[in-house]
Amino acid sequence: MSATANQSSKTSNTTGRLSGDRLVELYRTMVLSRYLDERVWLLNRQGKAAIAASAQGHEATQVACIEATDPSQDHYLIYYRQFTAMLALGTEPEEMLRGFLAKEADPMNAARQFPLHGAHPRVDLFNFSNVIATQLPQAAGVALADKLKGSDAVTIVFFGDGASSQGDTHEAMNFAGVHKLPVIFFCENNRYAISVPLENQMGIESVASRASGYGFPGVQVDGTDVLAVHEAMTAAVDRARAGDGPTLIEASVERLLPHTTDDDHTRYRSADDIEKMSDRDPISIMSELLKRSDLLTDSQDESIHANAKKRVNHATDTVDAEPYPGVESMFDHVLEGSANGGNS
Amino acid sequence: MAEQTVIEAVRQTMLAEMKRDDSVIVLGEDVGSRGGVFLATDGLVEEFGENRVIDTPLAESSICGVALGAAVNGMRPIAEIQFADFVWPAINQLVGEASKVRYGTNGVKNAPMTVRVPYGGGVRGGLYHSQSIEVLFAHTPGLSVVAPATPYDAKGLLVSAIRSNDPVIVLEHKRTYRLVKGDVPEENYSIPIGNAEIKRPGSDLSIFTYGLMLHYSLQAAEMAAASGLNVEVVDLRTLRPLDEETIAESASRTGKALIIQEDTPAVSISSEVAAIIGEKCFFDLDGPITRLGPPEIPPMPFSPVQEAAFMPSPEKILDAINKLAQI
Amino acid sequence: MNIELPHVGESVTEAVIGKWLKSPGDRVEKYDPLVEVVTDKVNMEVPSPASGTLINIIAKEGETVLMGAVIAEMDSEDASGEPATPGSNVESTQSPAPNRIGTLVQGSNVGPTGGEFLDTSLGVTETSSPTSTPTTASGAANGSRKQKGFSPVVSRLAAQHGIDLLTITGTGLGGRVTKKDVLAAVENGGSSAPGSAAHRPSEEDTIIEPSPIRKMIADHMVKSMSEIPHAWSAIEVDVTGMVKWRAQNRQEFEATNGVKLTYLPITLSVVANSLVSNPRINSSWQDGKIVLKGDVNVSVAVAAEGGLVVPVVHKAAGTSIADLAKKIAGVVTRARSGSMSLEDVQGGTFTLNNTGALGSVWGGAIINHPQAAILTTEAIVKRPVVVVANGIDSVVIRSMMNICLSFDHRIIDGAEASEFLQSVKSGIEAITAQSELK
Repeated sequence: MSATANQSSKTSNTTGRLSGDRLVELYRTMVLSRYLDERVWLLNRQGKAAIAASAQGHEATQVACIEATDPSQDHYLIYYRQFTAMLALGTEPEEMLRGFLAKEADPMNAARQFPLHGAHPRVDLFNFSNVIATQLPQAAGVALADKLKGSDAVTIVFFGDGASSQGDTHEAMNFAGVHKLPVIFFCENNRYAISVPLENQMGIESVASRASGYGFPGVQVDGTDVLAVHEAMTAAVDRARAGDGPTLIEASVERLLPHTTDDDHTRYRSADDIEKMSDRDPISIMSELLKRSDLLTDSQDESIHANAKKRVNHATDTVDAEPYPGVESMFDHVLEGSANGGNS
Repeated sequence: MAEQTVIEAVRQTMLAEMKRDDSVIVLGEDVGSRGGVFLATDGLVEEFGENRVIDTPLAESSICGVALGAAVNGMRPIAEIQFADFVWPAINQLVGEASKVRYGTNGVKNAPMTVRVPYGGGVRGGLYHSQSIEVLFAHTPGLSVVAPATPYDAKGLLVSAIRSNDPVIVLEHKRTYRLVKGDVPEENYSIPIGNAEIKRPGSDLSIFTYGLMLHYSLQAAEMAAASGLNVEVVDLRTLRPLDEETIAESASRTGKALIIQEDTPAVSISSEVAAIIGEKCFFDLDGPITRLGPPEIPPMPFSPVQEAAFMPSPEKILDAINKLAQI
Repeated sequence: MNIELPHVGESVTEAVIGKWLKSPGDRVEKYDPLVEVVTDKVNMEVPSPASGTLINIIAKEGETVLMGAVIAEMDSEDASGEPATPGSNVESTQSPAPNRIGTLVQGSNVGPTGGEFLDTSLGVTETSSPTSTPTTASGAANGSRKQKGFSPVVSRLAAQHGIDLLTITGTGLGGRVTKKDVLAAVENGGSSAPGSAAHRPSEEDTIIEPSPIRKMIADHMVKSMSEIPHAWSAIEVDVTGMVKWRAQNRQEFEATNGVKLTYLPITLSVVANSLVSNPRINSSWQDGKIVLKGDVNVSVAVAAEGGLVVPVVHKAAGTSIADLAKKIAGVVTRARSGSMSLEDVQGGTFTLNNTGALGSVWGGAIINHPQAAILTTEAIVKRPVVVVANGIDSVVIRSMMNICLSFDHRIIDGAEASEFLQSVKSGIEAITAQSELK
């Protein structure tokens, strides 16, 4: 099957499989994500957070993607931009901040790695490294194990348009296609690999169109549209659980901020390009959708924003005062049994 | 007790471990009905089926990446890299990723995976069927690297690798596969990772070596015995972590250390062994720590003459023994 | 010619003979398929290595044959075929003990010989250059080798067992003393093994990190003792006259000069004059030569805070006792206050050490390197002494002082040392209460 166009109309006035209450919940997570994301950048500018990548612009696609999965059994191989996805999976703002501020209680990696790396303590979400696209073959392996075990679990692996150029992406999709593995390749295409625009990354229009080369469906969706993403993901999850194999989903999103706190996108994006992105801010789009569908009032919206801000302030105060890990834990977990003392 | 070749010991060990534990799977190029290009997996697909003996596409990075993914999700994969020379595309998944899973997740995840890598030369393999690739892996904290040279050790160390809860690189010297025969007990046993073994005790000088060079060194030691020299031969067996205690004990006792390897010597296992001896045995040394290895050219020429000139041999080792002994 | 089973396939060492496609007596063209063989990895047909007639089949169908072994004979037109080398194919008889190391399947086929010998560390001892002379065990070569070539273990064992390595004949390369040589010397009783355990500090011991001055002193002492072959000589001096002279002149001297009158400037004055008449004592061993010093600059050992310092009284010969006393007082004050100039410590040609001030009556001082000698003036004690007056021995009470000389035996022999000591002795004993000393 070749890439298909957005199967969910933006003008859809239904809420699909999602209830109104759930939609408001997703919106709440998106707003919390936005405030926390902004706070992390402020902490960086204060010299407290060494580095941060932003999910601003990716919030809708991430909440909708997670919403279609089953956190009690599914696997999530993320990369460094799944900030909102982590919140959607129940990560507390304090836990997120501990990663950014490298605090001792960081649940993902005990401040050994950059934020959003390591493994989640409660759901099977992990990200081993900073090297782009290495998670894709690993996701195929995770899915292979589920297939061998006869498990119903689905593996969702996130990557960006930049990662789509890597050989590992090809190898992973090829392997998953051969073995019809229960894996969903979820590409958040924000059109930039740091500074390199899409036209310099690929000779085709869409990442999703590549799926035909591997023998499974590729779907392109508007990543600012929660309903569209959720519908595409639901279909992919159903397909995977039924044993019919992988799906490649390409969600078009905007990267509202530079690549990371160390980047300045005015060096490579035109003022016009940057200006136009605000039309595709998923928070405004979602807010309008909810209000248009009579699921949210202005005052409720204000309250959601106010609560998010309060929550983030509280989390910041708490985590800012926490200690860094001491030297003694540096030797733990090199190999099994190497806690304290180390095993080279 | 059965006499087996190295390759037969490897095959039998995988067979036994797959019978013992359903989570053990094998994946690699041509490991299915072909049985592997060296026949290490001969008969396994018939015994365990295509789900557990997986013929992969010809893509090393995904072989190791998939193995890693399966390992963190409850399997104990044994990935076969067809030739060590082809491992480079997979380095990122092994050195970059697998080695840091436990550390980078603060112990939440671990990767119980084995990577079998046939390596080494002297088989008319030219530049891309002869390489020794141990150094990069042995340099990496979070990986273990074993290099058994005998059928007995091949079984014992492969068992330890498969049952380890962390990634282990198993280096099997291609030349030893069918060259070396030895007794392999049928019963279950394992050899701990990190233990060197004195394969031949002696008092005049100590040879430290591994892989095919163990056998050449033992031959050379026998030749030296004819002229009254009593040479000790230490088989390193594990290249990470090196058995510093055994190395230091032997070097201190004999006072002379000769390190033999097939890999090019600059920044290599022999460099590390020399450093250990220098650090731990200085006041017991009675001669310069000496290394014997091939010249610093890409290993190794296809020409039989040049290949022979490249490889250390029992005669060359004997020469080195004699030089060091008479100092 | 013999037809050998060819080496085919990486890691493969043997094959099973399948069907023979030719029979003895058959005419065979080069490259004609001759026999089917089965290896671990492949099934294949072995082609004939030459044209000719097949004479004899050696390897039977079903037989396992090592690669390189002879499997048939043929009468070949091109008789260039090399005879095979059988013999090494037989596997050794199995030993009863489990063979965990493994045996090589095929000795002669173990692999290529040759290989580059990288032995950078051994290179020093090689004489690869055709122009270089072969190393022989010449004394000189041995000597220099011994000076430099002790391995760490040899040095350690020698120190442990108190063995002088220069007395051992080395059996190593170029006469090097090996570990075995030292151990043999220990066996033969060259040992006085003090046991290394005694040197290790126990828990009760206190370990002090030496101050920089202490370390400097230590280094200096070690240098002197290890470079200079010390010899010692001592003599008694009757200082009754000097003691009386000092008692008589002290008050006036101190009033005039503003410094205390001790025995030191008096003995220093005598010593300086003796050094002028015994120039070898006032010398230095430098680069294998004896350098007689032009000036008499006497270093005076002074106990200061933190350790020993040795300021120098320059141009001591011919200087009046008063001036010497002032000079000494100056340098000692500066030494004790730590404000010495470079000049105060440089240029000494001989050292005078007044150990008597501390009550010592005997000493074997360490020479102040690179000087040639050091003299200690010991405590002045009243002793019963036998004197001869008018041919009659009688015991009288005299003030006596020992003076002890340590000297560099490379420069000074016992006779010269005694001559110097006698000169000092007579200089001091010549002093009486009435002397007009300058």
